[in-house]
Amino acid sequence: MKLSALLFVIVSLLAAPLLSGWIVRVKALFAGRKGSPVLQPYHDLFRLLRKGAVYSKSTSPLFYIAPMVTLSALIAALCLLPLPGFGALLSFQADLILFAYLFALGRFFTILAALDTGSAFEGMGASREAFFSVFAELIFFLSLATLARFTNSLSLSSIFESHAAGVNYADSPALALLLVSLFAALLTENCRIPVDDPTTHLELTMIHEVMVLDHSGPDLAYILYGAALKLWIWSMFIALVIISSFPSPRWLQPVIAVAVLFLIATAVGVLESTLARLRLTAVPRMLMAAGALGLLSYIILG
Amino acid sequence: MTLPALFFFFALLLLLVSGIAAVACRARETAARRIGAVSTPLAGLMAAPAVVQGLFFAEPVFIDLPLSLPYGSFTLAVDALSAFFLLIIFTIASLAAIYGAEYLGREGAVTARGVSYFWFNLLVLGMTLVATAANGLLFIIAWEIMSLSAFFLVTFEGEKPQTQKAGLIYIIAAHIGVVFLFLLFWLFATNTGGSMDFTHFSRIILADQKTQSLLFLLSLIGFGAKAGFVPLHVWLPEAHPAAPSHVSALMSGVMIKMGLYGMLRTLSWLTMPLYWWGAVLVAVGLITGLLGVLYALAQHDLKRLLAYHSVENIGIMAIGLGLGVLGLNLHQNTLIVFGFGGCLLHVLNHSIFKSLLFMAAGAVKQELHTLEIDQLGGLRKRMPVTAAAFLIGAAAISGLPLLNGFVSELMIYFASFSAVVSMAKGVTALPLMSLLGLAAIGGLAVACFTKAVGVIFLGEGRTPAGAAAADPAASMRIPVVILAALCVVLGLAPILVLPLLKPVLAAVTPVTWETTNAELKKIAQPLIYLSLIAGIMAGVFMLLWRLRRRPLAVQGIQRSGTWDCGYLEPDSRMQYTASSFVQPVIDQTNWLLRTRTVKEMPQGYFPDTGKFVSHTPDLFIEKGYRPLFAAIAWLFHQLQWMQRGRISLYILYIAVALLALLFWFGGLR
Repeated sequence: MKLSALLFVIVSLLAAPLLSGWIVRVKALFAGRKGSPVLQPYHDLFRLLRKGAVYSKSTSPLFYIAPMVTLSALIAALCLLPLPGFGALLSFQADLILFAYLFALGRFFTILAALDTGSAFEGMGASREAFFSVFAELIFFLSLATLARFTNSLSLSSIFESHAAGVNYADSPALALLLVSLFAALLTENCRIPVDDPTTHLELTMIHEVMVLDHSGPDLAYILYGAALKLWIWSMFIALVIISSFPSPRWLQPVIAVAVLFLIATAVGVLESTLARLRLTAVPRMLMAAGALGLLSYIILG
Repeated sequence: MTLPALFFFFALLLLLVSGIAAVACRARETAARRIGAVSTPLAGLMAAPAVVQGLFFAEPVFIDLPLSLPYGSFTLAVDALSAFFLLIIFTIASLAAIYGAEYLGREGAVTARGVSYFWFNLLVLGMTLVATAANGLLFIIAWEIMSLSAFFLVTFEGEKPQTQKAGLIYIIAAHIGVVFLFLLFWLFATNTGGSMDFTHFSRIILADQKTQSLLFLLSLIGFGAKAGFVPLHVWLPEAHPAAPSHVSALMSGVMIKMGLYGMLRTLSWLTMPLYWWGAVLVAVGLITGLLGVLYALAQHDLKRLLAYHSVENIGIMAIGLGLGVLGLNLHQNTLIVFGFGGCLLHVLNHSIFKSLLFMAAGAVKQELHTLEIDQLGGLRKRMPVTAAAFLIGAAAISGLPLLNGFVSELMIYFASFSAVVSMAKGVTALPLMSLLGLAAIGGLAVACFTKAVGVIFLGEGRTPAGAAAADPAASMRIPVVILAALCVVLGLAPILVLPLLKPVLAAVTPVTWETTNAELKKIAQPLIYLSLIAGIMAGVFMLLWRLRRRPLAVQGIQRSGTWDCGYLEPDSRMQYTASSFVQPVIDQTNWLLRTRTVKEMPQGYFPDTGKFVSHTPDLFIEKGYRPLFAAIAWLFHQLQWMQRGRISLYILYIAVALLALLFWFGGLR
């Protein structure tokens, strides 16, 4: 059991960039282009890892420590994430709170690194990140409360275990509502359209990309890898919610998880190809709507 | 008297005598500051045996003095709850005293410094007495000593109009609170047959729920005024910025917690709480926490920001307390242990990081002579120790993992989650609100403290004043470093605090020792895992560090300007300011906060100057207290016709009054 979980962590670490590569591929196909290979993110990472770095004269050691702290926090969060059907590497009571707060730790340092450059653009991105993530965190805690109450358990592994044990709310609208609100939080936390555009070239409209404008070389590699890992973790969380609501044999669950993962990435890619970015002032409204759906789901189940 | 009791008594005496000695030094202020710096730590050492006995031995320490006091005896008792607060009082006060010796050397008039230490020692003495008084009247006297000495500490620079205003608001708030405490103890005494001894309070079983509820409400208002529950919080953002920094550290870190001590003490006597008490406490906590953090976001002055964060954290403690009370009512041990336990632990943790933050702010203030956040910047280059300590404190107060703030919030989260999971269908709204409230408070606190750290310590300096700044002298630096180390140690090895919580929980709650133990075991496992995860993160961090060393060694590191989209003359004034950073939040919550802005756009083809000013006044002062006090003043103004200043008129009043009395008593017979 623990061995499988350890294997899961290692596979996740290796496969995470695949997901971002897949999204780019989907977007390219949608636009009628051939697109870069799915393995392109790996090439980018290795290229960056071989490079030197340029640091602004304004920055302090915090500037390059921050990406490492953020990435370590994400890897720690990965250790808490259960492998569908088999549980997590580390599982204990109340680990869901730590899971959520590890993201906050990463955010805290990313924002500080952005402010460390003294750039107005990076400050702007940091400010938006700080603001929007409050909503995303609220939605996430709401969904955690829903799941915890419904499954009567307080650790991620047992939450996603007890669904498999036969409790099933797939026939209730609550699941759909929960998934929609979680998906909105995923888009926010991972800086996707309609909240943020990861490929925009205008600094004024960016959120996450503008915060890391000054990072280069291995530091940028850590940031890009961290972003991929974060997307992987969030998608896996949604996949876990889906998988554990339908009864299926245990050995099959990891396979389904991979399928769901790529389904989510495809959805993100399609969404990014068909939707425009929202005006910044409209983002809180969208997130509040998503939060309301989450609350509805809690009420239906509660 | 036992030996610990004797030592404890002499600790109190030492505080008083050395305070007087500090005043007696007069112009020899260096000596006064030395006495001040040494006396509190020494008193702390002398009180230590009593604290240890109170915490770890079931038998409390009693200090009976052969003094007669109406309504009871002059008794001090150090039980586990008292000892827990004494530990906090003496730890923080000792560090603040040492810090203050250097700090005061550069503040105010020379003769005022000795006097300030007198009040400082008296404040410590007052808090010690509050935490140990075993009699209602003694408690109130101690409470007044504490409140009044804090007033004189706040008005250290009494010649400034801002300070005068702060002092006035503080003293009014403190005395509104104490009125309710008088009523509280009087009501207790009428139910015990006239005795104000605490031992009687705990023994009687109050029959009717109305009296119990009244007692609860009186303690909520009376102690809430000191703790800073919204809407009684208005004195905090005035008093903390006005006071010298080591005093702010002591007041914000410790004194406001005496309000929570009072609540905990009262709740330990009211053994059958009603459901709505818990609900009220949670609601008050949520409102206090959310408004506190929102107002903190809108502040431009660092110490005001920190003061509002104290309000926020008091809110978090109130949420924990409320959940604990709910647990008492519902007989749910998990809720009791984690609600009360989280509250207590947050009291300890907040005292550590809040005094750390105030002390770091004091160092900044003495170097740059301003705490206006948008005037600061880039200070980590000049003040690396202060910057690092402030960063740790900021991360801790935001409740981030691996630091102590997370542990207490984890316990309160755990209580909320377990209530969400275990309560009956349809009534989980309250714990769900507390859960979401905590999440929102946490998210906004991250925004607020990234702003504070980022704008003050990172980036480039915004004024030339910062160029000459430096870390303060060792005696101001060391207390800050110790506090930062405490944040880290209690965050990395949180299991250490559980033995401290156990006896206190046993003293406050009716839950048995075995149940408390069993419940705390539930958190012991997560706490060990927390240390394990810290280890994993450290390992990953080292790995990443090594991985990037090679390419950087081969390819080298270049230094250049910050990328500003091709603009060649970046200027420190182009940095994002604190007000811009929080603008999205402020815009969204403006219906509540009502930030006032003054904008003067640059005009014409050759624009001259532009101006932007924003200010967020406290809504409760603006819409609540100011109209209220204006109405009271108006009412009294209406009686002015009676006061004409003519002797003949006053003689007439006296005659009329005498006549009225005559008829009154004559009529009665």
